[in-house]
Amino acid sequence: MSGIQALATEVKSTRAESLRHVDWTLTHLRDRALDDQIVSSVNVGDRVLDLGCGQGDLLDRLKWERKVHEQGIEIDGKAVTGAIARGLSVVHGDLEEGLGDLGDGSCDVVILNQVITVIRDPVTLIEESLRVGRRVIVTFPNFAVWRTRFQLLLRGRLPVTPSLPYQWHDTPNIRLVTVKDFRNLCRRLGLSVLKESYSSPGADGRFHPVRVWPNLRASSAMFCLSR
Amino acid sequence: MTRAETSRQAPRDSKQPVRPVRQFPQGRDNGSVGQVEVLSVTFDGQGDVLHLQSGESLSPITVAYETYGKLSPSRDNAVMVCHALSGDAHAAGFHGTGPAEKPGWWDILIGPGKPLDTDRFFVICSNFLGSCYGTTGPTSIDPGTERPYGLTFPFFTIRDMVDVQCWLLDYLGIDTLLAVIGGSMGGMQALQWAISYPDRVRGVIPIATTAKMSAQGIALNEVGRQAILSDPKWQDGNYPEEDPPARGLALARMIAHITYLSEESMHRKFGRRFIGDNGRSFNFSRDFQVESYLHHQGDKFVQRFDSNTYLYISRAMDYFDLELDYGSLEGAFSGSLASFLVLSFTSDWLFPAGQSLEVVGALKRLGKEVSYCNIESDQGHDAFLLPGHRMGDLVAGFLNRLTRGGGP
Repeated sequence: MSGIQALATEVKSTRAESLRHVDWTLTHLRDRALDDQIVSSVNVGDRVLDLGCGQGDLLDRLKWERKVHEQGIEIDGKAVTGAIARGLSVVHGDLEEGLGDLGDGSCDVVILNQVITVIRDPVTLIEESLRVGRRVIVTFPNFAVWRTRFQLLLRGRLPVTPSLPYQWHDTPNIRLVTVKDFRNLCRRLGLSVLKESYSSPGADGRFHPVRVWPNLRASSAMFCLSR
Repeated sequence: MTRAETSRQAPRDSKQPVRPVRQFPQGRDNGSVGQVEVLSVTFDGQGDVLHLQSGESLSPITVAYETYGKLSPSRDNAVMVCHALSGDAHAAGFHGTGPAEKPGWWDILIGPGKPLDTDRFFVICSNFLGSCYGTTGPTSIDPGTERPYGLTFPFFTIRDMVDVQCWLLDYLGIDTLLAVIGGSMGGMQALQWAISYPDRVRGVIPIATTAKMSAQGIALNEVGRQAILSDPKWQDGNYPEEDPPARGLALARMIAHITYLSEESMHRKFGRRFIGDNGRSFNFSRDFQVESYLHHQGDKFVQRFDSNTYLYISRAMDYFDLELDYGSLEGAFSGSLASFLVLSFTSDWLFPAGQSLEVVGALKRLGKEVSYCNIESDQGHDAFLLPGHRMGDLVAGFLNRLTRGGGP
């Protein structure tokens, strides 16, 4: 093994190690917030690749409701076990590395559900996803939602919200993004936005769709992209 | 082709109960298949000549096998279990009635309500070609000389073993396997099934295995072989049955056993503990529990395994190389139609996760349906034979997926 390869392997295993201690149950509600919108953006019989699929809650739904041919990639061993045990086709591994093995256009839809903020190079990930899939569905927590603005501005604290539920010292997120910033990125990369959807938790703690002023009001955003 | 069935221990239509009512009744409650028997079939017809990968041919061939559960009327629920280096056809249940008898080698996986659920699946396990547990191998009698084959037995490969398993499948009247599953050398057979008979297997579950034996694996096999070959009692393979090269074979097994464990599991099992209350004896007799364990494993193995057979089987393992046989892994699997569930264990250093990932990578590049999990365990290579992790749940989920026909 060359030095570079050894280093790359080490970096990846460090990432697996650093993500190992993350309490993913904290984001369970947020991760499911846009499932309805994602499901409605997928066609019956599509080949779907879910990168960072966790225990496969979304893939399972897509399989039942959209009869998709599902494939997931997930780095957390416990989650992979749960997903395969429920009958889903999932590969245990790093999603950036796993994407490289897949051929151009081998999927109809690639899903990046709440993963771009934990990735070192989100732009390459999105471009690679568009190589493998004809459409890419990206969801992320919107840092410009009024809650985070309020916490930072008035309380002087780093925000801890339903869509960003971690403290500064235990968060898996290494990138922060807002709706406006993401739209800018899409423009810069020359990507077409086929659909945008937003949601925010209501007083009942559940996520509800947001239609007006998403950059201020939405805590989670979904973009459906193509070349 | 005439495929005569011979030497069944007890005919199924016999008046005597085949499964006496006993201390391990069948049923979901204790998950045992109960009492089972080894069956045997001899392929000795005109056309029953096995053309081996070495270029030689072999006939007749007897296959020892066991089955558990019932074949469905549509004959679509058969699962083939492939055993590893020193295994046999006895994968589940009990042969006798004694309370001390240990169940078959994969009883954790096979039985009513277990992952290979015998209420749903018809499970077949046969002793592979060249072994010494009932299927034709170096200890069998050569009809030409009426003496055991010994070193005149032709060299055989994993591909040859799978061809013989396919004969058994034909004999049982089964066209397509729901799945083929195996660990270690059994996993090599599972991979070979997907390549040799792509239209006869729907799901393939290779566990703790590789698509090509590593240099480290070959090296360890060679040390084991040299232990046998350098035992004076080996006598160029012509040792009498009652006086085999026991020290050499025991040493080979001791070496192999180290490779089946992990540093962690050895530490957990034995640490630096001395035997009994003894301390350092300042001689070369056995002081430590780990020494005692290895010697016990070696001595036990000599009672049940043949030295020449060990040489041949370890060679078959060394020769397993799908890249050499098919140009590349993509070339090997390009024609396969099956879904795959590839499993490895985090502490397995004999067949480390990277070797499974090579298979997974090739399957993904070919667009084949594949699932993979590197199962957390400190038990080393042996983990696939042991409880204490979630291998069973993964296998059950994958089989459920197959029986649902790929969609909900």
